[in-house]
Amino acid sequence: MTVHSLYLFDRNGICLHYSEWNRKKQAGISKEEEFKLMYGMLFSIRSFVSKMSPLDMKEGFLSFQTSKYKLHYYETPTGLKVVMNTDLGVGNIRDVLHQIYSYIYVEYVVKNPLCNLNEPIQSELFRSKLDTFVRSLPFFSARAG
Amino acid sequence: MAIFSVYVVNKAGGLIYQLDHYAPRAESEKTFGFPLELVLRPHDERVLVAFGQRDGVRVGHAVLAINGLEVNGRLTADGRDVLEFLSSPANFPVAIRFGRPRLSSNEKLMLASMFHSLFAIGSQLSPEPGSSGIEMLETDTFKLHCFQTLTGIKFVVLADPRQSGIDSLLRKIYEIYSDFALKNPFYSLEMPIRCELFDQHLKLALEVAEKAGPFGPGL
Repeated sequence: MTVHSLYLFDRNGICLHYSEWNRKKQAGISKEEEFKLMYGMLFSIRSFVSKMSPLDMKEGFLSFQTSKYKLHYYETPTGLKVVMNTDLGVGNIRDVLHQIYSYIYVEYVVKNPLCNLNEPIQSELFRSKLDTFVRSLPFFSARAG
Repeated sequence: MAIFSVYVVNKAGGLIYQLDHYAPRAESEKTFGFPLELVLRPHDERVLVAFGQRDGVRVGHAVLAINGLEVNGRLTADGRDVLEFLSSPANFPVAIRFGRPRLSSNEKLMLASMFHSLFAIGSQLSPEPGSSGIEMLETDTFKLHCFQTLTGIKFVVLADPRQSGIDSLLRKIYEIYSDFALKNPFYSLEMPIRCELFDQHLKLALEVAEKAGPFGPGL
């Protein structure tokens, strides 16, 4: 099991943070383009899912998987989106994504008056805390293959 | 456990078949006094609840009927604008039925081509090489399963999140498609499927899958 990458988007679609750990393939476009494409995909999925659903939804879109990876999605009521790509063996990690929001984003970005919201996060403390947190996850093991 | 609907999308993203198998009814009728405790807003030829959830009426629900008479888009049964009708105190008290709006055929076409591009983007943004497109998409109310054949046709099944045996069902649908649509001399490739045998066998397969789960190994 492994974690490939993590994206944080704000409610306007700005990519606040991106980090990657065991990513084997790049998208073949610049990072800015990739963030736009990723946000556009998520935005479309949200609208797609809300129209397709036969019942009223509470949490909405949770995750999708392809033959090679799984994308986990968590959105707060304020519109902050936490997106994590892992391999297929990882189950529901909603609580983990929520912890990233509440223990790391809120603690080291929202409570830091020098961090401007709505723009990419520069804080080195946030980066290192996030990296430590993700590396300590039970399903983060960088074993090859 | 239930299978909600089936979509077949051709390799250009066009919807060539759609079946609603089971649609749970989420409707509620209530009598309102003036002024209305809900905020209604017109959206896509419908009147939707924009704010104010109460008694089973949820945000996103559409006005389906007023005083027992079905509304016609944004107009009441006798041709008056729904919002205008509801803004006049003389028409109160009024009984309004709300429910999740049904998808129109046009919306289904649009959603199918939307999924077609989401499928491609899902594969492009993959962190691993050689990834397929979206095979399974999960929400709290349904799971979407997609199987793309080598020829590019996509079979999409919407089912209850707990429903099992969908993978074998998708292959079964492919088999039914090959047997009853492709072998039908009146069927032209990439065009909407209008074959009675395909319909019958598909419905049968859905019922079997709902009751028994998997079709057994190898299918």
